[in-house]
Amino acid sequence: MTVADVTDAITRAHHEEWARVVASLTRRFGDLDVAEEAAAEAFATAVERWPADGVPPNPGAWLTTTANRKAIDRIRRENKRGGKHKEAQLLHDDDPPEPLGAIDDERLRLIFTCCHPALAMETRVALTLRMVGGLTVAEIARAFLVQESAMGQRITRAKTKIKAARIPYRVPAAEDLPARVSGVLAVLYLVFNEGYLATGPDTDPVRHDLTTEAIRLTRLIRALLPADGEVAGLLALMLLTEARRAARVSASGELVPLGEQDRGAWDATLVAEGHRLVRERLAAVAAGGAAPGPYQILAAINAVHTSARDVRDTDWSQVVALYDQLVRLDPSPIVALNRAIAIAELDGPEVALASVDRLRDALGGYHAYHATRADLLRRLGRDQESRAAYDEAIELAGNTAEIAYLTRRRDQLA
Amino acid sequence: MQYLVSVISDHDGLATPDEDAAIDVFNDRLVAEGHWVFAGGLAAPSSATVIDNRGEEAMFTDGPFLESKEYLAGFWIIQAADLDVALKLAAAGSKACNRKVEVRPFL
Repeated sequence: MTVADVTDAITRAHHEEWARVVASLTRRFGDLDVAEEAAAEAFATAVERWPADGVPPNPGAWLTTTANRKAIDRIRRENKRGGKHKEAQLLHDDDPPEPLGAIDDERLRLIFTCCHPALAMETRVALTLRMVGGLTVAEIARAFLVQESAMGQRITRAKTKIKAARIPYRVPAAEDLPARVSGVLAVLYLVFNEGYLATGPDTDPVRHDLTTEAIRLTRLIRALLPADGEVAGLLALMLLTEARRAARVSASGELVPLGEQDRGAWDATLVAEGHRLVRERLAAVAAGGAAPGPYQILAAINAVHTSARDVRDTDWSQVVALYDQLVRLDPSPIVALNRAIAIAELDGPEVALASVDRLRDALGGYHAYHATRADLLRRLGRDQESRAAYDEAIELAGNTAEIAYLTRRRDQLA
Repeated sequence: MQYLVSVISDHDGLATPDEDAAIDVFNDRLVAEGHWVFAGGLAAPSSATVIDNRGEEAMFTDGPFLESKEYLAGFWIIQAADLDVALKLAAAGSKACNRKVEVRPFL
């Protein structure tokens, strides 16, 4: 086995086993901190030993056993120091490995604990990426443009709260499940969106690492909750969005809007998988399943867009019908803004502008509101007003590629 | 595990008769389900006296130690297996007394 093979094996084990190891240790020792540290030590030991000893036949079992030993060592050390007698907890350290189904449930417990509603949203995101995703504190800090020490503190405070307030380590009861799953999906969608339209002057416009991680974690939830329509919807939405990534930023670093993208550059495999999921959900709803939630509707909208080989073939009446359905579930001004963009294609920019102008109070501080107005005004030949709207959009936008696009559009005005 | 459920009020005035009745129903439920430890309502913050006896002589100051728009109007101490149980009870308590509540675990 070459060095590259071993490195691959370690990377793969990290992707496949990290959450499993942290979850089973948390279950066993009742302590996220112990679990996290022991898992990290076990992977560090693998990096040290596997190149010389070879990759073990069952990397997951090797990592779990090693992490268990590290955790027990730590607890023994602390007990000695503190003079406490917690040895009883360690009596069963030769337990046979748990059956696969049970361990899968453990990962679900871990996810629900990290995304608990008693934790702040930014804390849930950080904790999920660390405990479930296995990203290092430094990686998470970089992703959200904060100091590593501040991110470390955020995660430590969260672990302390989970322990002190006794946030339970379990899958919520059936009656609470839909609300709690939607909380988990909100965390994953936030990670994805930060990757897809990264903010900040010094980051890449599209953060492939974050979108990939969000998709990977959503696939995991999908595997654990295969019957949940919204999980399937979010996965489809992410896949159909990610599929367009290569076409989304031009060679000169400008954001390319959907209508101007080179559709041949879209990832056909991701589009096909996204379409398959959307069809599966349509069939489930048609067969009398639960009505689709917002993620399924957003996925369906993206399925309509990605079905058109040319932007002129887009079925805009279908898109507007789906937005109407979405507005009924989520009457937020952002949904109304996106609906207006589709209305512009169906009923013309004048009708759309009237809808957009009604959103000024709610969205006056949001760059996409001004960018949408600027585009509609440009299409109506009202160049002076368009220029002013582009100025406001540029002022408020945080994504470098989007700023480049808006600036060129503005400068093309007469 | 015990939790303090603090009732945070942002307007003057005691509980209305309707609120009192709802609180009684909620308290009965806490007792029946084994969550009850203690509860009480507090008089207005203006009735507070602050005592500092860290120095040579005890100092007495009229009024609450923090002037704020929101104040502690009362509290429950509940017994609950974990935070999920405590949060559900606190949500029912907030509905009953018609005020915001804060949940905090005891050490």
